[in-house]
Amino acid sequence: MIEIRGLAKRFGKKVVLDGLDLAVPRGENMVVIGGSGTGKSVLLKCVMGLLRPDEGEIRIDGEDITRMDEEELVRVRRKFGMLFQGSALFDSMDVGENVGFALRRLRKFPEERIREVVEEKLSMVGLREIQRLMPAELSGGMKKRVGLARAIASEPDILLYDEPTTGLDPIMADVINDLIVSLRERLGVTSITITHDMASAYKIADRIAMLYKGRIVETGSPDEIRSTANPVVAQFVQGRARGPITDESEEFVRFVRGRAEGGKGA
Amino acid sequence: MTERPPGRVTAAVEGIGERVYGMVQELGAVSTLLFRVVAGAVRRPFEFGNIIKQMEEVGVRSIPVVLVTATFTGMVLALQSFSGFERFGATSLVGTVVALSITRELGPVFAGLMVSGRVGASMAAELGTMKVTEQIDALVTLATDPVKYLVVPRVIAATFVLPVLVVFADFVGILGGYFVAVHVMGANPHVYVAKTYQYLEFRDIYTGLVKAAVFGSLISLISCHQGFVARGGAEGVGRATTRAVVTSSMMVLVSDYFMTSLMF
Repeated sequence: MIEIRGLAKRFGKKVVLDGLDLAVPRGENMVVIGGSGTGKSVLLKCVMGLLRPDEGEIRIDGEDITRMDEEELVRVRRKFGMLFQGSALFDSMDVGENVGFALRRLRKFPEERIREVVEEKLSMVGLREIQRLMPAELSGGMKKRVGLARAIASEPDILLYDEPTTGLDPIMADVINDLIVSLRERLGVTSITITHDMASAYKIADRIAMLYKGRIVETGSPDEIRSTANPVVAQFVQGRARGPITDESEEFVRFVRGRAEGGKGA
Repeated sequence: MTERPPGRVTAAVEGIGERVYGMVQELGAVSTLLFRVVAGAVRRPFEFGNIIKQMEEVGVRSIPVVLVTATFTGMVLALQSFSGFERFGATSLVGTVVALSITRELGPVFAGLMVSGRVGASMAAELGTMKVTEQIDALVTLATDPVKYLVVPRVIAATFVLPVLVVFADFVGILGGYFVAVHVMGANPHVYVAKTYQYLEFRDIYTGLVKAAVFGSLISLISCHQGFVARGGAEGVGRATTRAVVTSSMMVLVSDYFMTSLMF
């Protein structure tokens, strides 16, 4: 399980995370929603150990990863798989080499075994006989699925999804949603997904948490979030241009008012 | 009280300070990278496959450019020194001048500069693209140290392959000089060869090769570092590539002076 307490991260003077608390029990899919630039990716990168937080702790199965040195982190990272927003496939390698990368690095398994595992993982994401193709030959949706196959190749306990549906057409987005749900059911993994796609969030989440101003402002089941009384969360999940989030930004308010008044004048 | 806008002098001093600070920071970052490369190189698994691949990229594919530059350098050197030495009747020394200049200086330096342009640019562009498309982060999530996987093979390959390139460069440079002196300027071939051998010492050659090894590690370290710090899409990768080539070419010339002053 994942427990995050008091997580803070600054870049220069800009405070991105400001005392964030979040707990994800084993086997649960937690979806973190929030606007662009609110620090969702920074949160994932801290959990993965790609960024060091300034304060707070992140416990993975009880071990605080913020105090670990690089060698210990490598050991803990073997529990993780991550799907990147742009898939981040290695473009100098074909699909088979991408998916089998972590297994080949371990040098524990014979080549035939690795090929079997790669084919098995690719078929789990609905792809067959594409091991020899290069990433440049794949469509966006296929890249995402290959990225997913690569993330699950070494059978991680925890999966992190960085905007899994961004940039995909609605049908392919739903295919990815289905895959995420089925992977949790079949592999029993714990996962954190960050997204601003509410359709995806409602579909894949056991619980949803909203990130706003560097903190989690509300956590609840998809139904609770849908009918929330919190005005900030309500504005976000209903996707309204006016509300407490945008009122904070004076520039934005002026822009909206200016347009409204301009409309009256005409 | 409102803050006064900084005067021109203040701004200029600030600008210089910022540059110096940036350079010191860069130097620190490259030194840290060197440290991590050495630590990574001695730890298992040894990246033999990747090292061979990089040796091909850095070495084999650079042979044509290095040979052409070295040949013409030797040729122009013979042309210049022959017509210059004619004024005081010392044309018999052209062979010596060509051999010493090529082995001590021009072979390693020109090979270094050509490799900076060819290999430095491609390393920075490749690693920079991997950085901005999150492929380097992906390596980390697959429990692989990017420095060990990407930088160690490149630095090892460049350090060991550049001296080999310089051996070729020395050879064809001297040959080019011989060709021009003897067949174009009409020098006596026996005197030319005798004078080349008479003053050329083994030390002249191996100091050049040591320089080449240092250039190789500098070029690869600087270029990989620039790739790793690239940010901001295609434009950022372009900037990283330019900086890699400019910085590594400069460092080839600067380090060449200091190595020469230490060695001779």
